[in-house]
Amino acid sequence: MTDRSPDLDADVDVDTTAPDHTGSPATRVLGLAALATLVLWALYGLVWSPPDVNQSDAVRLFYVHVPSAILAYTGCFLTAFASGMWLRRRSRGWDALAAASAELGLVFVTITLVTGSLWGNVTWGTFWTWDARLTSTALLAVMLVGYLALRRVEISPAGSARAAVMGLLLVPNVIIVNRSVEWWRSLHQTSTLMKLEPSIEGEMLTAFAVGMLAGALVFAWLLIHRFRVAWLEQQVEQHDLEAAVAARRAEAGVPQTTKTTEAQPV
Amino acid sequence: MTSMLLAMDYPGYVATGWLGAIGLVGVYAFATLRRGRKLSRRVPPGDRRWS
Repeated sequence: MTDRSPDLDADVDVDTTAPDHTGSPATRVLGLAALATLVLWALYGLVWSPPDVNQSDAVRLFYVHVPSAILAYTGCFLTAFASGMWLRRRSRGWDALAAASAELGLVFVTITLVTGSLWGNVTWGTFWTWDARLTSTALLAVMLVGYLALRRVEISPAGSARAAVMGLLLVPNVIIVNRSVEWWRSLHQTSTLMKLEPSIEGEMLTAFAVGMLAGALVFAWLLIHRFRVAWLEQQVEQHDLEAAVAARRAEAGVPQTTKTTEAQPV
Repeated sequence: MTSMLLAMDYPGYVATGWLGAIGLVGVYAFATLRRGRKLSRRVPPGDRRWS
């Protein structure tokens, strides 16, 4: 297996004049907004919203669990969309977006599984059961791990195409996860929010809404930074490739060209 | 925060869920920013369109 990650500790020329980070004025504003809503979310979720009549304070896990599940779906849809666009356009930007959104999808699906498991032990008396919703969500996590692993296995357009096809396959599984509680008998409750009259209201609904807003801002902030990291990785890979080609040319006594052609997007 | 959590039912579950989620996102954010800093030093400013 080949790790696509460039060697970060390689001895290279360092540009000390340019800012050495992935931030920009827009991400700083976004980050501050995300932090402010995170504080508000914690206040609503842990202090201002009342305990549930049936679930008591375990309902506070809901304010983490549901937004993270929706953000995990978002990450998967973005990965699939970017993978489709990569297959169509073969441009580096879509590849970077697919990599960034898949990682974020994995982070949020992990949070979904952990918080769901904790909530399950309080309400069902077990951390895990092979219920349709839980099993399909676990499968989604495995698919995301597989997708990210596949991206690192083979550095070639064919390898990237295989990863992109797997990225597209995330969508059917997200639909199965979402509809599983309707299609099969499930321990997991049916949709609380996606209906005309949601089963929660008042400060509980506000806590969820603020959590959703905070999660969306954090997701956007992370996505931008992770996208820029993926972009930088591609630039470094291309730089390394050009350096290797130049070294081989020098060894063979071939005159150096002034400009190398751009590497294929991977 | 601690006394507030202890006054709840299932404080361990609530604390683990919230702190685990915030902690995971925080660690991931830190790792992403750190990796971005290291990589940025190896790329010409012209290739960092956000700079």
